[in-house]
Amino acid sequence: MSTATTHDAHHEEHPKGLLRWVFTTNHKDIGTLYLIFALTMFFIGGAMAMVIRAELFQPGLQFVNPQFFNSMTTMHALIMVFGAVMPAFVGLANWLIPMMIGAPDMALPRMNNWSFWILPFAGTMLIGTLFMQGGAPAGGWTMYPPLVLQTGNAFPFLIFSVHLLGISSIMGAINIIVTIMNMRAPGMTMMKMPLFVWTWLITAYLLIAVMPVLAGAVTMLLTDRFFGTSFFNAAGGGDPVLFQHIFWFFGHPEVYIMILPAFGIVSAIIPTFARKRLFGYSSMVYATASIAFLSFLVWAHHMFTVGMPLTGELFFMYATMLIAVPTGVKVFNWVATMWKGSMTFETPMLFSIAFVMLFTIGGFSGLMMSMAPVDFQYHDTYFIVAHFHYVLVPGAVFAIFAAVYYWLPKWTGNMYDEKLGKLHFWLSTIFVNVLFFPQHFLGLAGMPRRIPDYSTQFAGFNEISSIGGFAFGLTQLLFLYILIKTVRGGSKATDQVWEGAEGLEWTLSSPPPYHSFTVAPEVK
Amino acid sequence: MFVSKIKRLLTAVVGFVLLFSVGGASADYVLNLRQGVTPISHDAYDLHMFVFKICVSIAVVVFGAMFISILKHRKSKGAVPAQFHESTTVEIIWTVVPFLILIAMAIPATKALVVAEKPGQPDLEIKVTGYQWKWGYEYLGENVSFISALSTPTAQIYNKQPKGPNYLLEVDHPLVVPVHKRVRMMITAGDVIHSWWVPDLGMKKDAIPGYINEMWFNIEKEGTYRGQCAELCGKDHGFMPIVVIAKNEADYRKWLAEQKSKKAADSASADRDWSMDELKMRGKKVFASNCAACHQASGMGVPGVFPALKGSSVATGPKIAHINTVLHGRPGTAMSAFAKQLNDIDLAAVITYERNAWGNNTGDLVQPSEIKAAR
Ligand code: HEC
Ligand SMILES: [Cu+2]
Repeated sequence: MSTATTHDAHHEEHPKGLLRWVFTTNHKDIGTLYLIFALTMFFIGGAMAMVIRAELFQPGLQFVNPQFFNSMTTMHALIMVFGAVMPAFVGLANWLIPMMIGAPDMALPRMNNWSFWILPFAGTMLIGTLFMQGGAPAGGWTMYPPLVLQTGNAFPFLIFSVHLLGISSIMGAINIIVTIMNMRAPGMTMMKMPLFVWTWLITAYLLIAVMPVLAGAVTMLLTDRFFGTSFFNAAGGGDPVLFQHIFWFFGHPEVYIMILPAFGIVSAIIPTFARKRLFGYSSMVYATASIAFLSFLVWAHHMFTVGMPLTGELFFMYATMLIAVPTGVKVFNWVATMWKGSMTFETPMLFSIAFVMLFTIGGFSGLMMSMAPVDFQYHDTYFIVAHFHYVLVPGAVFAIFAAVYYWLPKWTGNMYDEKLGKLHFWLSTIFVNVLFFPQHFLGLAGMPRRIPDYSTQFAGFNEISSIGGFAFGLTQLLFLYILIKTVRGGSKATDQVWEGAEGLEWTLSSPPPYHSFTVAPEVK
Repeated sequence: MFVSKIKRLLTAVVGFVLLFSVGGASADYVLNLRQGVTPISHDAYDLHMFVFKICVSIAVVVFGAMFISILKHRKSKGAVPAQFHESTTVEIIWTVVPFLILIAMAIPATKALVVAEKPGQPDLEIKVTGYQWKWGYEYLGENVSFISALSTPTAQIYNKQPKGPNYLLEVDHPLVVPVHKRVRMMITAGDVIHSWWVPDLGMKKDAIPGYINEMWFNIEKEGTYRGQCAELCGKDHGFMPIVVIAKNEADYRKWLAEQKSKKAADSASADRDWSMDELKMRGKKVFASNCAACHQASGMGVPGVFPALKGSSVATGPKIAHINTVLHGRPGTAMSAFAKQLNDIDLAAVITYERNAWGNNTGDLVQPSEIKAAR
């Protein structure tokens, strides 16, 4: 804490130009870097999604060969998960956590710099595999052996970039935990922390728990391929299913890593625009913690078809169904917060409401899939694709949009263009549904996922889905335009920005000073 | 104002969706899970509908409350925020009620799962092996086995011919089973993980190298049922369909007898000497359905992934090395062992073909007897 009080005015000076960004240890600069990186990856991953939807627009092979198609699905997922959604949340954490808890900066600023600057290298390496002999990884983002071992020259680069992305995440998580634990303003007890801080604290623990597991799994792949081990090679006494267990032990908590911070964002925005306190703060905290805990017990629901014993299937079925309880608590709380409020519908609120609805739809399909005897039918079909895109796009991504609109005036000191913001919202919401809703039908009708071509009975809904996809993709250019416009200027934002907003970040000027709180505020 | 906006939008969306569904009306639309033709598939369907209805009811309540709130509790209507928050009673209610609903779901789900996984005395056992990118079937105890691969012509896939009615869901050798019999499938894989799935049978099981997974079905109705590999298995994952034909007992017996006599004829001719032309002709076909997916019909392969056989040192070098490569594959690569997938004649034919096609003019002739000796 002592650093907070020794910073004085001349520290406001910092290197200018490019070097400012390379050497920066400032939480806002690093937050901005993370967000820009995430946005870039969002567009690159999005472009790959456009390739996928273009190929699937009609039956037959039109644009790409099947191998490249598989590379596209694989890379789209890896880039969106590790390049777009996770860094976007870390960027938001960097910007917001110090301002929300009344700290001048993150606790470990140099590590903060490093954890960001690993990302561009990892990302470049991953994207670079597109140009290697044998093509980019095409075995799915889940990297199941033995298939993934058939990857060409890209294989070690895939593994190494996953390692780097993991290291970056772990360092980011450590920083967040240390900051939250040590740098809260006097009087801010744990149970007074904003929910975004709470959800990120829990997310950070999840990250530290599972990223090393992923690193271990991919290292075992590496030694299987290059150093003669047989961890996953049945012919050598290994077990290909072992990888799936390890992967999903990482992978399921990973799903919550991508949604818990979104819960925190929505829990901040809805009370603001309903002008009413969050209905149940403490139950929200406990629900988040229970979801995080349960996330370690459900991994094999991704593997109901691998041939588990009945008792195993029952256990994972029950545990998975159980997650519906704390998730329900969250949704009910948001609705109860809106109930009898005095609502206005600015863009962040619109995105948050859409989040609650559409995430819940994703939750419903999740509940359906939790039941093993039906999951035998749903598994590896477009029903699953629809499910996880509902929780990730109008789920996680919409929450990120909401957060950006909500805090952008604070960050830049400029209001965004509300009309354009609303337009962005309506177009996104309509087209995200045109894009993903028909995929439920495709899955139920029997279309497997990850196929470049399909039988003609699936043609109609694929066409609709692709049109939705192109329109959704184009709409995001509008988002880019709005962002650039706001950063460059616009009507000045007040410090309070939103009438109903509460929290320490709104006591700072808009834009906030370089070091957020040089004097720790008092929290009552 | 806001409401009318929503109305207009909804009309737009519905109109939009209708437009496109009419536009592509040639395809018949399936909206829901298929009911299928086995007890397991009916269970799955019933459970699916049960939970779907629960979800819709919850959605009506939750989204209903949200919409009422959105319409009524808005500042522009002069709504004043209420002050209530934190209620342990309410929190307990909305924890316990969902929990009870879950129990109501878990009971039928458990029952269905127990039935689906119940071992029972099978009437017929078939071993299924997934290969990149075809299925091998072996009728255990019957000495009948064959490979089943996509039969849709490439020209249809590349849009040079109109697509047939069973585009991508047709195979050269369908699996034939009797109706009203409990069929046990023993599922494994020869290279990477695949997944055997026919929606109408209500079950999918992964085909995993080193594992033998079991699943069973009992088909109620004669007919042809189509499915696909459901686990990503590489380049042609989308092109390894499954076709199951369910016949009555008598027709099934007849089919089985035909298979046996075909096999007997084959093994008789395996002992004679084959001419170059015979082998090359047969080899070209075997190559097209078993090797061309990777090595390409041109023999040029795919650089960096699948080696060219045209001018390859193996295909133009000593015969025995070539034979061994094809028989035993290259462990750890996509080149799988074909010893168990193809018979001696087919192997002799394809190797002879490779040694004498695309300018590989070795003039070598590989006889089925040489394969037999090398096995
Ligand atoms: C799933 C893809 C795949 C299929 C199908 C396939 N191969 Fe291969 N084949 C490969 C790969 C990959 C290699 C290279 C293995 C290595 O790295 O040593 C290879 C290597 C070979 C070689 C050695 C070439 C050389 O120059 O080293 C021969 C001969 C061969 N295959 C023949 C066949 C025949 C005959 C068939 C069909 C019966 C076939 N392959 C089917 C993937 C395939
Ligand atoms: Cu397959």
